[in-house]
Formats: sequence, structure tokens, C-alpha cells
Amino acid sequence: MTTLTINGKMIEAPGGTILEVSQANGIRIPTLCHHPALAPKGACRVCLVEVKGSRVLQPACTFPISEGMEVQTESPKVRAARKFVLELLLSDHPKDCMTCEMCGNCELQDLIYEYGVKETPFVGEQHEYPLDDRDPFIIRDMEKCIRCRRCIRACDEIQAVNAITMINRGFRSKVATSFDTRLQDSNCVFCGQCISVCPTGALTEKDSHGLGRAWQTTKVTTTCPYCGVGCNFDLNVRDGKVVKVTSHWNNPVNKGALCVKGRFGWQFLHSPDRLTKPLMKSSLWKERKGTEGAPSRYEGFVETDWETALDAVAEGLLTAKSEDGPDAVGILASAKCTNEENYLIQKLARREIGTNNVDHCARL
Amino acid sequence: MSGLGTSFGSGAMTNSIEDLAKAKAFFIIGSNTTEQHPVIGAGVKRAVRGGAKLIVADPRRIELARMATLHLMQRPGSDIALLNGLCHVIIREGLYDKAFVADRTEGFEEMKTTVEKYTPAYVSEITGVPADDIQAAARCYATSKPAAILYSMGITQHACGHATVMAIANLAMLCGNLGVEGGGVNPLRGQNNVQGSCDMGALPDVFPGYQKVADPVLRAKMEKAWGKTLSDKPGLTVVEMMNAAHTGKLKAMYIMGENPLVTDPDLHHVEEALKRLDFLVIQDIFFTETAALADVILPAAAFAEKDGTFSNTERRVQLVRKAVEPPGEAKPDWQIISAIARRLDEDKESWEYDSPAAIMAEAAAITPQYAGISHKRLENGGIQWPCPSADHPGTKILHVGKFSRGLGKFMAVESIPPAELPDAEYPLTLTTGRRLQHYHSGSMTHQVAGLNTLLPEERMEIHPADAEPLGLADGDMASITSRRGQVKARVHLTDRIKPGVVFMTFHFPETAVNLLTIAALDPVAKIPEYKVAAVRVTRVGS
Ligand code: SF4
Ligand code: SF4
Ligand code: SF4
Ligand code: FES
Repeated sequence: MTTLTINGKMIEAPGGTILEVSQANGIRIPTLCHHPALAPKGACRVCLVEVKGSRVLQPACTFPISEGMEVQTESPKVRAARKFVLELLLSDHPKDCMTCEMCGNCELQDLIYEYGVKETPFVGEQHEYPLDDRDPFIIRDMEKCIRCRRCIRACDEIQAVNAITMINRGFRSKVATSFDTRLQDSNCVFCGQCISVCPTGALTEKDSHGLGRAWQTTKVTTTCPYCGVGCNFDLNVRDGKVVKVTSHWNNPVNKGALCVKGRFGWQFLHSPDRLTKPLMKSSLWKERKGTEGAPSRYEGFVETDWETALDAVAEGLLTAKSEDGPDAVGILASAKCTNEENYLIQKLARREIGTNNVDHCARL
Repeated sequence: MSGLGTSFGSGAMTNSIEDLAKAKAFFIIGSNTTEQHPVIGAGVKRAVRGGAKLIVADPRRIELARMATLHLMQRPGSDIALLNGLCHVIIREGLYDKAFVADRTEGFEEMKTTVEKYTPAYVSEITGVPADDIQAAARCYATSKPAAILYSMGITQHACGHATVMAIANLAMLCGNLGVEGGGVNPLRGQNNVQGSCDMGALPDVFPGYQKVADPVLRAKMEKAWGKTLSDKPGLTVVEMMNAAHTGKLKAMYIMGENPLVTDPDLHHVEEALKRLDFLVIQDIFFTETAALADVILPAAAFAEKDGTFSNTERRVQLVRKAVEPPGEAKPDWQIISAIARRLDEDKESWEYDSPAAIMAEAAAITPQYAGISHKRLENGGIQWPCPSADHPGTKILHVGKFSRGLGKFMAVESIPPAELPDAEYPLTLTTGRRLQHYHSGSMTHQVAGLNTLLPEERMEIHPADAEPLGLADGDMASITSRRGQVKARVHLTDRIKPGVVFMTFHFPETAVNLLTIAALDPVAKIPEYKVAAVRVTRVGS
């Protein structure tokens, strides 16, 4: 155990950085380039703190604690230094939070607000980059990039793809694929890990633009419907519709990572092609009811109500059973449905029909 | 499934996803992990960058092959020979874990005798893999501990899949890689809830929890729980049901959330079979190819519109939570099934469930592996089965200290050639698989514009050496014919694929590759042979 004081408070910790120990003890230190899922980088200097005995301020996200250390996280000197960093960042940042997708969910905006940065004393050159929306799923607005490199690190450390990097030097440096191409012309796999860690509106989900700000949506944690990895993610819901999928970081399966299907494959939910009414073959309807029935958009099928549909299903299954025995009925469960539903359908097959003819399509 | 059941006593993935980070080596066979299980694939890449060794056995130069220590490009259908060859080298060179073999396994001598003839030279002849690579791979796997084996549909979707899985189990037991962190035999399940469907008894021979319907004691237990006499006769598998429908023995089918008219092998046969039924019910979220043949179509809720659980590939039961209402009059499948069952039974009460949590409570009471699982507990995160009681934390690694069946069983297995080999008329071997951007029959992913942009159509992969004599250039339209059918697709010329082999996925109904595949079944696991079919490729048009 190491003993130190932070803002005069005596703290014991097993080790770690000043940031980690502060967070564990409820002391908030602002960060921008830091992300809990990524290795610390110490690049943005917004987490600067005062360490007694050290001439210069130190980045809390990389600086390890030591015995007897005395740390100040909110001294005037610290706050002034942070404000200076933020002023610099704001001087080269568009001020269009009004229309920005990330408004209300932007770490830069929050700090600018907290530190009361209004006017910036620096009038320097400002980056001008056209909005890059040539790719599916990901919009890149490099005017909003604060060069924290979180995206580059996520692509490297989490996804192990390295599709993006910092190209050019100095003022002209920018996050891009190595030849500044579209992402789809690089080895990018559209996992969206870069979006999930970007603190600003520089990288955003294309299909979610305009559909809802963070405070207008509620998050529902659930399990991915695609492959057997079973990643967890948060469905972001507004007005009864899913508008976005975001990472759910605290789970042992995927720890926030997702693939293109899990992160961006939600739109089928609200497709106009979803089935919304029970349907019956026109000839079956006519046989049962003697009328033509209500036409549907599917040739050869009429729309029906649930009662009629369920009665027809029960009769159809019972007819086969009574005429040719229970084993004349076959039931396919589904690897896409829940455990509860698979349990019920095999119970229906075994208990109500009396057959073990129940299987599902993919046996692995 | 059943292969591992025979060897270990449980068919599930032995280790956990989190565990993979601790492997010193990976042996990946029949799994294009970065496309089929992308988040696990990324984990493997991280581990390999961190120094773990990687052996990939695949007829295609898949993404992981590019960073592999060794890439073995075996002929489709020759996996058993390859695995036996690895065991041969490991035994011959005395690299196996003698203590583990002595204390925890049986059947070693028979297995040893069987693999004796699988010398690197002999195996090289069958697989097309250089003998030196076979030796190097064997040494690499045997000397890096712990080492994890990963496999997927590429192994099981063969007529000999059951035997191949046992050959994999042999290799892992030989090197003592079971019951240890970072090791294991890890089948990666294709669809989100294949594991759960199997766990819940959506299989023709077992009740929930893999309890055999033919076992009188287990059946009596279920009869007591459900209050009815139950059939002792194992039922038909999907492919057998299609055959029975074809011959008129099966009259009615109720299909929930599946689209066999795209996903099943030998589609002409399936279509004919479904048309011969007297009555077909489809319950789905979209009007699928199969739905077009139905008498009644019931609109179901999608995953985001209902509560419940999925069990992932590492046996972790996790909550699915309702976030939005189903569209129109669509209903969750559990409500639809109950409503049908109430019409089939006088005893309506046994079908009154107020929530999926209540259904899980009933299922858990009769499924030993799930006994300690409840929705309430899952609120705090998923639990890996077996979880025998409400205070049990779940099981991260199977077979620690002892196999489910007691001793691990080495099974002597011989190399079995695929049901259909290439010949003069059908000279190429077609193998099928999945890609990253689409999923299964595509009924969900084709609704997502961006995914269609990234992968707009199927392109059959063919080696330039095979394409040139056929006059095929990249992007040309080709017709692909097997003994069962014909499809047209554009070709992608690539040396990623082994000469003599062509590759397609089944994501696109327009290029329904399953018109070509063969319904030859593994005699035990009854999984159809999707992975090998003999085909002829010709250029279309001028
Ligand atoms: S989407 Fe994934 S692969 Fe592409 S740049 Fe972002 S992190 Fe890298
Ligand atoms: S794009 Fe976002 S994550 Fe990447 S460097 Fe810029 S601000 Fe940081
Ligand atoms: S997000 Fe991708 S890797 Fe994860 S479960 Fe879904 S499909 Fe599988
Ligand atoms: S958060 Fe510490 S330097 Fe950026």
C-alpha cells in the first residue's frame, strides 16, 4: 500500500496513476486523450495536476503515485493551465455545437463549459476540412478533431487493424487512412471502435444523424442478435424507435468492442418490410370464410386477424396429427429466438403434439 | 456437438472468451474468425501481436492466415488426416503431456495405433500440406502451453464432422490443454443463440439440458414435470424432416424464425418438400423466401422488441431486453407459441406465462445446467452454465480436474473422404462460408443500406490458375453447376484460395449457393455437408 495525499486528503492505494487513484476516491480530474479502454497516452495535458516537489505540472493520467506524494488537482495554477489548454483547443474548433451530432455528449464541450472558456485569446489559423461522408456508417468531420488519437489507438489496441493513423506533420497533421482514402478503400472493417472512443463530434454514426441527442435518448442494454459471440451493447431509443447502438463497456464478453453488424446493423428493426399483420393464403381464407378477404401486399396472401390465424394454425397441426399421427408434424425452432421461446416451442412439440420432430436449422 | 460429447461428456466450448488472451498459441481450423466471430477474431489478433503463436488450417488465406506463424492450406474435407498427422508427430517425438494422458484419459493406445500410419508424408498426400509444415505445426502446438483450439462450421458442416471434432479433442487431450486457462477446445457457434436452442432441447433426441428422450428415467422426470406422457422415439432432424415431407410422411410444419429455403442444403429438394406439405406455418419478422410457401404467416417481434435470454458460444446466458414495441400487430414469439399451445390443449393453464422470466423459471427447474439461473440474477450480468444452484457463480472453464464424463476419451478416427469428390465432369470443389458484412440468409442485414454498400453482391472466389483456362476474368459472370442445381455469380480472382477450390457464401438469395450443396449427413451429428460439393464452372455470355 502506498500512502499519499490528494487535495489534503490522506489516501491509501495499492498503486496506479494519479488519475486512477483519484477516480477510485471520488476525485474527478478532467481528461480528453484518456480512455479507460485504452493505454494511457498523456497527450492532451488537460489532466495536469500539481505534484509537490515537481517544478512542472504533471499529467495525472500517466503519472504514477508514490509514497508520501502530495497532489493538488484543483489549485489555481492547475486550473489556469487547463484553461490555457482548452483555449488553444477552442481556437481551432468550429463553434457550431447547435447542430453538432455530439452536442450534450461531447467531452470538449463539457470542459469548455466547466472552465468558462468564452472568447479565445488566440486568433490563429483554423483548419478547414470538408466533411467526409463518402463511407457508409461513419462520418468524419476533421475540423472537430482535437488530435487526442483515441481513435487511432482503438483501431490499434482493440481492433488490431490500424486502418487510420496521423498523416502529415504539425498544423497539417490529421487522422486519416495512410493515403487519405475513403475508409472502404483501406483495411477498415467498420467496427466503429474509433467512433465509440472519440470524445468530440469528429467521428459519428452516419445513420443516426439528426435522430436524437444523448439527453433525448434512453439506453437499454441488450445482447447482439447476430453471431454467437453474444456481445453486449446499448440500444439508444427515442420516441419508441432505436436510433443508435453504442458500446457497453462493462461486460466480460466484448468489453465495449463490436463488429459492423452489431454496431450498425440495427436498421432492419424499423424496415417498412417488417411483417405487421398475420397473413393467410388467399385460398385458405376463402375455404374458411367464403369471401375474398382483405388483400395484402404479398401476392396470394390476405391479411387476417390473430384469432383467425391462430385457429387455422391449431387446426392445421391437429388435422395432421389426427390423420397421420404426431410424427406427421415437424417443428423448427430457431437459433435466432430466445431460450424461453425455444423452450416453449419444443414443449409444444413434445407435450401438445406428442412428437420429438423438433430441430433448428444451424446445428453449430 | 456430439463429437465433444463423446470425448469429454459435454459438447460446449470448454473455455471462455476472456480466457483467450492467456493462450500462448492458437490452432484455428475451419473458422474464419475475424469475419464469422469478429470480436473474438480481434482478440486473437491482439494475443498474436502480444507474442502468442498462431497456426491456421484453412484452404483460404483468411485474414488471420496473414499473421500466422504457420498457414496450412489443407484440401477441403481432409481435416481428420491433418489432425491425425499432428497427433502422430507429437507422439513420435514424445512431445505429449504424459501425466495428463495417464491420469485423465482413456483410449490412448488405440488412438496411438490408429495415427501410426498418418506420417507427415502420408498426410501430406491427402491434405496437400507440405510434410515439413505438418511437423512444424505439431511441434508449435505441443510446445506452447496453454494452447487454445478454435473451430467453427468449417469443421462441423461436413459429412464427417462428428469424427473430426473427436480428432480435435484427441489433439487437445494429448497436450493436456483441457481444464486450463488459455487452452481448451472451443467450438464457435454461428448464430447468436445456437447454444441456447440446443440447451433448451430444440433438438430431436433430447429434452432441455441434453436429457435423452429415449432414457426412461429422464423421460419419466419430464412427464412428471409436464403432466403428460411423452414420445420415447427420437425425432427427425431438419434434413430428415425435409426428406419425410418429400415422401409424404410429414404433413404439417411449424417453422419459427428460420428460412430453410435459403439456408438448407440442396434447395430444389427443400422447395419441393415444403410444397408437398398439407400445411405450413411460418413465424418470422420478414416475408422470407420460405414464407412465400406458407398457409399462415405469423408476424413476430425482433430481439429489441421482447425480453428473454440468449446463450452465447461460451455458455453465457445473457439478458435480451425489450427496448421498443413490435411494429403493427407483431407479437413476441413466446406469446404466439403460448397462444397456439392453448388451442391444442384442454389444460390451458400450463400455457399461461406472464413473462419470459416465468418461462425461464420453469425451464431452469428441469434443466440441470440452468438450475441456478434466473432473470433476476442475470440483471447483474450473464452467467456461464453449468450453474447448478442459485448461489453458484457459473463455470468459466469446463473439465477442470475431471471431465464431465469422468475420463477424457481418445477416439481413434480414420480419415473419411468427402461424400462427393471432384471428377472429370465436376472438377472443382465448392466450399461455403460467411462474410463479415452479412449474416445468414441476409433477411436482416440486407435491410441495412450501409452493409449492402460494403458488400453488394456475392462474388465467388476462384484461383487465377483455375479461372484462366475457363476464360474467366475478375468480375465476369459465371455459372456454377453441381449435380443438384445451378447458380450464376460474378467471380473474384484471388490467390487467397487454394487452386482447385472455389468459395461462396449463402448470404444472397439471388445466388443461392445451397442449390448446389449436398444434403449428405454426418451419420451421428446429422449436420449436412455444406462444406464440400463438386462443381463445374463456366463463363456466362461473351
Ligand atoms: S471502424 Fe474500426 S477498423 Fe475502421 S478505422 Fe475505425 S476502429 Fe479502425
Ligand atoms: S477523430 Fe476523435 S478520437 Fe480521433 S484524434 Fe480526433 S478527436 Fe480524437
Ligand atoms: S457485435 Fe459482431 S461479434 Fe459481437 S455478437 Fe454481434 S455480430 Fe458477433
Ligand atoms: S488525459 Fe491526461 S494527457 Fe490527456
